[in-house]
Amino acid sequence: MKKSPALLKSVVTGLVTILTLIIFAYGFSVTNVNFEETRSERRLASLTRILRALAHPKIFDYTYETLNVEVPFYLGCPEGGAAFPEVDRSGAFILVNAGCAAPKETITVEGHNFQENSSGSISFIGISPEAPDGVPISIGNFQADAQGNFKVEVTLPNRQIKPEPQALRATGQIQVGAPMLSQESKVTWDKIIETVFMALLATVFGTLLAVPISFFSARNLMSEVKSPLSNISLSLIGWPLGMWLGIKTSKFLANLLMPLSNSFLLVLAGTLVFPTLGFFFAKWFLANQNEELEYRFRKRLINLLYTVSLAALALISILFASKLLLQIGAYLTPNKDVPLYFLRKFIAQIGDIIAMLAPVFATLVSGGIFGGFFAQLGQTISDRMPAATAKIFNLIVTPIAGAAVGILILQGLNWFYQFNDPAILFYLPAGIGAALGLTLALVAAPKQPLPIGIFIYGIFRTLLNGTRSVEALIMAIVFVAWVGLGPFAGALALGLHTVASNAKLYSEQVESILAGPLEAIQATGANRLQTIIFAVVPQIIPPYISYTMYRWDINVRMSTIIGFVGGGGIGFILQQNINLLNYRAASVNMLAIAIVVSSMDYISSVLREKYV
Amino acid sequence: MLEVKNLSKTYDGGMQALKNVSFNVKQGEFLAVIGLSGSGKSTLLRCINRLIEPTSGQILWDEQDITAASQDEMRHIRRKIGMVFQHFNLVTRSKVITNVLAGRLGYVNPILSAFNRFPQSDVAMALDQLDRVGIKNQAYKRADELSGGQQQRVGIARAMMQQPTMVLADEPVASLDPVLAHSIMQHLEKINKEDGVTVLCSLHFLDLVHRYADRAIALKEGALMFDGSPDKIDDQKFREIYGKDAERIG
Repeated sequence: MKKSPALLKSVVTGLVTILTLIIFAYGFSVTNVNFEETRSERRLASLTRILRALAHPKIFDYTYETLNVEVPFYLGCPEGGAAFPEVDRSGAFILVNAGCAAPKETITVEGHNFQENSSGSISFIGISPEAPDGVPISIGNFQADAQGNFKVEVTLPNRQIKPEPQALRATGQIQVGAPMLSQESKVTWDKIIETVFMALLATVFGTLLAVPISFFSARNLMSEVKSPLSNISLSLIGWPLGMWLGIKTSKFLANLLMPLSNSFLLVLAGTLVFPTLGFFFAKWFLANQNEELEYRFRKRLINLLYTVSLAALALISILFASKLLLQIGAYLTPNKDVPLYFLRKFIAQIGDIIAMLAPVFATLVSGGIFGGFFAQLGQTISDRMPAATAKIFNLIVTPIAGAAVGILILQGLNWFYQFNDPAILFYLPAGIGAALGLTLALVAAPKQPLPIGIFIYGIFRTLLNGTRSVEALIMAIVFVAWVGLGPFAGALALGLHTVASNAKLYSEQVESILAGPLEAIQATGANRLQTIIFAVVPQIIPPYISYTMYRWDINVRMSTIIGFVGGGGIGFILQQNINLLNYRAASVNMLAIAIVVSSMDYISSVLREKYV
Repeated sequence: MLEVKNLSKTYDGGMQALKNVSFNVKQGEFLAVIGLSGSGKSTLLRCINRLIEPTSGQILWDEQDITAASQDEMRHIRRKIGMVFQHFNLVTRSKVITNVLAGRLGYVNPILSAFNRFPQSDVAMALDQLDRVGIKNQAYKRADELSGGQQQRVGIARAMMQQPTMVLADEPVASLDPVLAHSIMQHLEKINKEDGVTVLCSLHFLDLVHRYADRAIALKEGALMFDGSPDKIDDQKFREIYGKDAERIG
């Protein structure tokens, strides 16, 4: 029997309605939706208080003068009571409902002619032979109304009774002069500048890293990267070997140059001589680089030697340059009071950054040189050897490469988990890696190009997605532990987050470029690097600019709250003010954030329109 | 001499674009490739410089096996094969001269070219080539400021920068109006006649085939249907190539 479609439809609609109701009912329950609270007097009162405070940002402030008004007062009534003293009613004055009272008794104090809406305190002035001017004891506060009058009850202190008259004093405040920027505004200004620059640094340095990463995480570029197994295995051995050599060399050279760095002249000479040497060497090398298809191992080995020497020259030049900058920086900043201190210090800071990056440079370049050399060797084996020879080669080399990768991975993990057990650190990963390598070498056809590009793409994408899913706020917690509280930690956290998010956005732009120019450049016989520079880069410049500006915008917004976890910037004082219930100051901070964010938004949209 | 032997290409989805195609092209010949859209003309041309990897078969060019060449060798071979595209495939945001110089990428030092540094002789040659196609005065404009016909001339200049012995033209005039089509075809003819460059050109319009080609081959659903002089394509042959409902235009 065939069911009526109309009936079926209404049953489905009914079920969907019920399901929707259930989902929302559960949602209300887990989010603790509570309308009782929203109506309670107490809650409404505190809401009103906070909102009113927020509506009065303390941008301006006045200079205050204190106004003291006193009346004589007897603590412990004298015989026959105390006469009410005559009060001068021309200025501000106070009246007490009794001229005398016993300690701990409550009296009423009335004030008149005070400044409208001003507040102040009431104190009892105890006069003794040791302190003829009196010692004030605060016994209460007052808040004048719109006419400048107040009436409060205060309790007298528990002091010794004296026959002489003592006094009650009301201390009010009078605004004098024109309004000026409040202390809160000044702090906010300082911090908002800090915030904007934090975002700027994070965006610039994050973008610099994100651009190369984005190429590795673009599917259309990476899917074409295919290499035979012999190539992959050998470069897996070549890269770590080269990186290790690079680290060692950079340490060795840094130690070697250490004693020289005390002499300014030597450092200056080194900074001039080595780059010049490197430049001419590079020029000579490039000029003599005649392209040969025929693979000659000896020739390639000599080339490797040249490249390594060139890289070493570059490294020495970098080290000398960093030393020179550090020395100039130190010379220019004998103390903190010199004019333009920040500019002079920046020279030394650049030197410091270069010194820090030198080992990174050495590691990557050396890894690339050796990885490339080995890859070329592997490619040639696959291209020129008979299939059987290539297969045997793979069967030997791939397990070695697998074992090497396994050990390296475990070395990395050991830093986190501290196994410190040779079985786990060496034998197990080497065994598993070798077994996997052997399986691969057995299964893969010896000359078949394997899609290694997609594999690298997958690794990059996974890492990026993982990093991106951690909010900058959480990264900031880690960086605060590393570099301490302050804007530097915030800038690092935002920078890292920028790398992850922008690399993904950029790579999507690379994926959406037109394939035509890519094909045309390839058809001219260009290599992969040339293809990227001539066909990909011109196409992605506009979206890259656009996304970078958007990211700056986001980073400014993020940096306003990154201070909540100690990452510096305006969030730091915003959180402080909220915790101290200083809502009027918090309101100034929030106003500044709103102004900066909306102007950033405006500026970036104008720039994007202009340049993209 | 280019020899294509039993060339087949099956795409990943199982679509068979070329079925056992075999033909020869003599050095200096102007060969037209005709057939319906989707008949495999573009695939055939792209298999010759291996922008598309053929599934099976052999392509011999002056005795060298293109299909067996390694990546490095392939780059070397591609330098001598210029290519012109239907949609010009210029990098539109770059200058015209940069687009033309890109034709030298296979020859120049890869590291220097990464910084957009080309030898003076190459720059002079690029201006010469632009002069030859009549747009030397546009050299420093952005490519997207040029009209369609001018863009295709840039494409030809780029191919000529490779000093090719063969040019593959993939429907070079399909996006242009008839007047421009003839002007572009005349440039290709000039290259063919004056420089002795072999031209393999896929075309839609039969009158262009008759006017410019020495020889024509026809593809239908990936299979070679016809190989011979363009004059031999009579009405019956035409229906075989283009289907029985087709009518001749132009």
